[in-house]
Amino acid sequence: MLSRRIIPCLDVRDGRVVKGVRFRDHVDMGDIVELALRYRDEGADELVFYDITASPQARCVDRDWVERVARVIDIPFCVAGGIRSVDDARTVLHAGADKVSINTPALQRPALVTELADAFGVQCVVVGIDSLRDADGEWRVRRFTGDPSRTEALSRRTLDWIGEVQRLGAGEVVLNCMGSDGVREGFDIGQLRAARRACDVPLVASGGAGTASHFSDVFDQADVDGALAASVFHSGAVGIPALKRELRRRGVEVRDA
Amino acid sequence: MNDVVLIDAGGANLGSVRYALERLGADVRVSADASVIRAARRVILPGVGTAAAGMARLRQAGLVDVVRGLRQPLLGICLGMQLLYESSEEGEVECLGLLPGRVARLLPAVGDAGTPAVRVPHMGWNRLHRVAGSPLLDGIDDGAQAYFVHSYAAPVDGTTIAVATHGREFAAVVGEGVRFGAQFHPERSASVGSRLLRNFLSEAIA
Repeated sequence: MLSRRIIPCLDVRDGRVVKGVRFRDHVDMGDIVELALRYRDEGADELVFYDITASPQARCVDRDWVERVARVIDIPFCVAGGIRSVDDARTVLHAGADKVSINTPALQRPALVTELADAFGVQCVVVGIDSLRDADGEWRVRRFTGDPSRTEALSRRTLDWIGEVQRLGAGEVVLNCMGSDGVREGFDIGQLRAARRACDVPLVASGGAGTASHFSDVFDQADVDGALAASVFHSGAVGIPALKRELRRRGVEVRDA
Repeated sequence: MNDVVLIDAGGANLGSVRYALERLGADVRVSADASVIRAARRVILPGVGTAAAGMARLRQAGLVDVVRGLRQPLLGICLGMQLLYESSEEGEVECLGLLPGRVARLLPAVGDAGTPAVRVPHMGWNRLHRVAGSPLLDGIDDGAQAYFVHSYAAPVDGTTIAVATHGREFAAVVGEGVRFGAQFHPERSASVGSRLLRNFLSEAIA
């Protein structure tokens, strides 16, 4: 049986892992390779590296650190941030990444999803979606979320966009529920359940993890394939070995490590 | 003589397979040169993408008959394994025909109440269950987990060494003579994957 995936997300700036407080005041967390290995050793099933400076600086991800990670890491990893073209994706995949994740560029030019799927196969193409509930009760997509001063609300409904990116060739969807992100009060089960019904490809939950039981809730109640988190892992609030023991105790299939 | 040659037919995961072999201390070369490939002690056919594109790249590089004629141990990884079969439903393409049978699509299934649905692509860690003995799986426990990413899979038959289940049972590790395949990604399957690669390089495979 397929395991549910636990996915730490690391923000990368200039080849270092950083921790941002409200997207600014970044604190250096350490060397990217050392942290990647640490999470691998603790039993992470996959890693996501988000190049937080690539997109605002309108440049592609730096190939150098992707290659350094690929040389040492023996679990899959995905690179997000700054991928706007087939050439950008090729650079990252040839450097050793397993998948690329695109968010705002897919909203700006949806054909990019198809171009990437045609060039590398759907299994390499992850679409990240930032979503927030509006006053009228609808979940809608946001873009440029990497920079709070530029973030834009779109008229596009999140569930429609989930359907469209699958038709375009997304092999996986990461849904970041902005309303619960950073609050550590649990994943947005309601939104993720709705997303699950609209999503036939693997779906990864993001935003809101605070405790081990939040993870078992999202697997049990929203049937997501993976759960992504950053700060709870970085701070040590949730340790991956203990998290997996707890998930196993609750009957959630996870990888032994 | 190079210890192990990775066939370079333009796939995207060449780097990660090479790094995994280098971590084992192997002398690795990536090549599309027929004479280099023929002279290798071990040959690996990696591959990511579609069967039609994978076969087209091999044909373009003039490597179809080279791979068919290899006598040393050969390991196909993921799409590389699927290309060893006679044909694939993916693009209705004729493949290398080194293993009998046809690769077919995994079908998404809606779960009943309480049971999870099956999503395609099959992406993530799943368990290997041995159905035949092979030195390729020495030291790998029954039920060990490996990382899969694929939408098509080969049938379970007499060449199957280990199966996995995603909606249906499919061939996860295969071997006939010196021709082997792994549907999962050993280069991304932590200690399970590195053990399989180490076994493939060992003298036990000949």
